[in-house]
Amino acid sequence: MISSVILFPGSNRDRDMITALTKISGHKPNLVWHTDTEIPKSDLILIPGGFSYGDYLRSGAIAARSPVMNEIRSAAEKGIRVFGVCNGFQILTEAQLLPGALMRNAGLKFVCKSVKLKVENAETDFTRLYQQGEVIACPIAHHDGNYFADENTLNSIEDNHQVVFRYAQGTNPNGSLNDIAGIMNAEGNVLGMMPHPENLIEDSHGGMDGRRIFESALNMLSGEAA
Amino acid sequence: MTKARITVTLKKGVLDPQGKAIEGGLSALGFEGVDSVRQGKVFDVELQTSANNAKSSLSEMCEKLLANTVIEDYQVEIL
Repeated sequence: MISSVILFPGSNRDRDMITALTKISGHKPNLVWHTDTEIPKSDLILIPGGFSYGDYLRSGAIAARSPVMNEIRSAAEKGIRVFGVCNGFQILTEAQLLPGALMRNAGLKFVCKSVKLKVENAETDFTRLYQQGEVIACPIAHHDGNYFADENTLNSIEDNHQVVFRYAQGTNPNGSLNDIAGIMNAEGNVLGMMPHPENLIEDSHGGMDGRRIFESALNMLSGEAA
Repeated sequence: MTKARITVTLKKGVLDPQGKAIEGGLSALGFEGVDSVRQGKVFDVELQTSANNAKSSLSEMCEKLLANTVIEDYQVEIL
């Protein structure tokens, strides 16, 4: 499968994402600059973490209005998989490709540590290689990860099983409503999450719990050699 | 030319941890009786258009970029 990584001024986890994709799939992803008005034909589009536009105005706000987003929107409408991590998640909510918003962490601090995530929905294109309810490790590094949505939206994403990852009970690091760490759109082809699975894909990272997200999204088998 | 001021504030019911921290700061300075502080943003915009035309275009700017209407309200004031 072909993947493309979108680059914004201020992205800084793009290299981690590119390395993870290359190691897991055996192919280098296409790199797409934010002013590009065309994305090479891809099966998976990734929006990496970082501080696009210095987080000016709101995290992800300016990036969400950049030219490449029209292409991402139309790819998402065609059912192509789109995956945003950290700032990528913020950009996807600002672009309204995912519901809700990511606000300043409730504790006001930038939080950088490893957390436990519960796989809340293992029947998605991104999580089919996990067990339902499985608890995995994953690093986080963010200042604005406090997920908020109004009551109706929250009820609807819960009812539709759009909550894909939750911080394990009692470990919510940022005040997110319902301990939400990652959600998908109603169609199930756009996923956003605050934690960084690309940083936990090989033994030297201290674990491989993040790897199966990419293997799932790339239609691979678990542990399949690249 | 028209000058306008846009004020963006968090919606009622949306928690504002920064406002809470500022509230604590004021009380640490000895200001008593501060019930609540909510933090917002102000944008001063100058436009090459009449005040009448400016209003609808400023509202559109708020809807499309300046405010995130999931969590924020906005007010447009022509100066």
